[in-house]
Amino acid sequence: MDPLLVVDDLHVEFRTDDGVVRAVNGLSYMVDRRETVAILGESGSGKSVSAQAIMGLIASPPGFITKGSVRFEGRELLTMAEDERRKVRGADIAMVFQDALSALNPVFSVGWQISEMFRKHRGASKKEAKKSAVELMELVEIPDATNRYRSFPHEFSGGMRQRVMIAMALALDPDVLIADEPTTALDVTVQAQVMQLLENVQAEFGMGLVLITHDLGVVAEQADRVVVMYAGRAMEKGTIDEIFDQPHHPYTEGLMNSIPRLDDLNERLNPIRGNPPDLLRIPSGCAFRPRCPYQQPDCAEVEPTLEFVGDSGRSTACHHWRDAFGE
Amino acid sequence: MTDLETLDSADQGAIEDEDLAAIREGSLGSDAWRELRRRPLFWICITIIAVLLAMAAFPQLFTSLDPEAQDQRNGLMFPSREHWFGTDLFGRDVYANVIYGARVSIVIAFVVTTFCAIIALIFGSLAGYYGGWIDSIISRITDVWFAIPGVLGSIVMLQMFETRNIATLSLALIVFSWTTMLRLTRSAVLAVKHADYIDSARALGATDFRIIWRHILPNALTPLLVYMAIFFGVVIAAEATLTFIGVGLQKPSISWGLIISDSRARIQTHPYLLLFPGAILSMAVFAFILLGDLLRDAFDPRQR
Repeated sequence: MDPLLVVDDLHVEFRTDDGVVRAVNGLSYMVDRRETVAILGESGSGKSVSAQAIMGLIASPPGFITKGSVRFEGRELLTMAEDERRKVRGADIAMVFQDALSALNPVFSVGWQISEMFRKHRGASKKEAKKSAVELMELVEIPDATNRYRSFPHEFSGGMRQRVMIAMALALDPDVLIADEPTTALDVTVQAQVMQLLENVQAEFGMGLVLITHDLGVVAEQADRVVVMYAGRAMEKGTIDEIFDQPHHPYTEGLMNSIPRLDDLNERLNPIRGNPPDLLRIPSGCAFRPRCPYQQPDCAEVEPTLEFVGDSGRSTACHHWRDAFGE
Repeated sequence: MTDLETLDSADQGAIEDEDLAAIREGSLGSDAWRELRRRPLFWICITIIAVLLAMAAFPQLFTSLDPEAQDQRNGLMFPSREHWFGTDLFGRDVYANVIYGARVSIVIAFVVTTFCAIIALIFGSLAGYYGGWIDSIISRITDVWFAIPGVLGSIVMLQMFETRNIATLSLALIVFSWTTMLRLTRSAVLAVKHADYIDSARALGATDFRIIWRHILPNALTPLLVYMAIFFGVVIAAEATLTFIGVGLQKPSISWGLIISDSRARIQTHPYLLLFPGAILSMAVFAFILLGDLLRDAFDPRQR
């Protein structure tokens, strides 16, 4: 049986007046049912663009998918006719956006927006759609759902809005849910609730979850596997325990070291030196080279590809991982 | 998890009570309404417009006289208790004529504004939403059309018609005045198009039509609504102007433009013939233009 969602060697670039911005450069990963894959990276690492490419939301021009493939249950999405593609969105693969206030239409009530999913895609009557929408609002733990049905997005708190977004994404019972920084705009306490909710609905619906985030804490609690992205490339892939216990890429190690420690308040923060690369001018060879404490002359010449570390399926894109991190 | 849940409801309650008033202010529509409601000028506008609409719909409510009834012995009478606005050369009551004249002005303004808005909504949203060559074609045609002087175009066009009635006059006005609304709609759609909720709707499988109709237009309508109110007044003035210079409506129609045109020869001896219909016309135009201005101010928070 085909895996649920396979992203294979995805390349996305934006042709701007200043030059070609290579946002995603050969990203590959897969997600299966009941599995959570976290795409971890800082802003500009290409993680959101890769999600938009999967959904077919990249405006072209200026964006172009130049290479690679995205397969859902074995069907290629990138070459699919727009009409077919639209049916995949929402019903097979759904997406939750970062800022739920701007991702909800301000002029319609949230109940109307959720029930619209049932009316337009499932042909439900107004009454049925309303009933389903209220059930869904209860499922995502919105208190007093029957009355809140009529409320507008701006009348909700941030956490509640994100629940509404999740409810809309779940309406058509998708097989894959892509959550693009779902908790970034929220308070820390509310973040935990929304992440818990995502975990609950994943268990209930049995879908594959792609969690896009820059937050190591979010990744640690939720993900089965992690893809660490930098400059549009996967730097390291592995299970959550492998990545956290022993990073095998200098960038991952830098991320781990930059987490503030609660048990040692006097310690200074230990950030990664330098800045993320300008995607118009990605360094030759390894993109992380200018910031890497382990760099060698050959790093500038050959771009490292992902190579397996051990036999667990874990991989890293570093020429010198053996010297730096041992076998 | 139990801790989190208690926290959740407590947190929720606090937000509800404290900030509900502040949160509600976020809605542009209700905010604008609250702003308008306490401005006396708004109520003056609404009253004038309501009276005008009532005149157009039920002129019998305002006068029991027949506007066409002639009484030559009582021609050119100055305003009196029987004839509030006086009588014209043929002894027809000017007040009754002014009342009955409201209908064509309102009908033409309504037809022209509606058709221009429909053209603008269809082609403006297509151009703004799809961009590319569709936008290029629509925008270039609009630009070229925009360069034609509207009044002149309408005059030339009306002279080609043998009969001039409400339909031909409306057509001549529509043909030369749809461009501004289209440009407005296009730029409003462009501004809304990149909002997150558009991407979000698309990510959840909405069709293009649905995205334009349900997600873009309701959020891009404000500038068009404001302009429509102003435009309504402008069309009333344009109808009177074209009729006055003789290319608009013809007798036996009753229109403000025609009444004013009739008064031309006797302005010095019988100024009331011009004064009253002129004042009503100006008031009508003023009410709609002012309404547009008030709407614009109310919808634009930066103006406050």
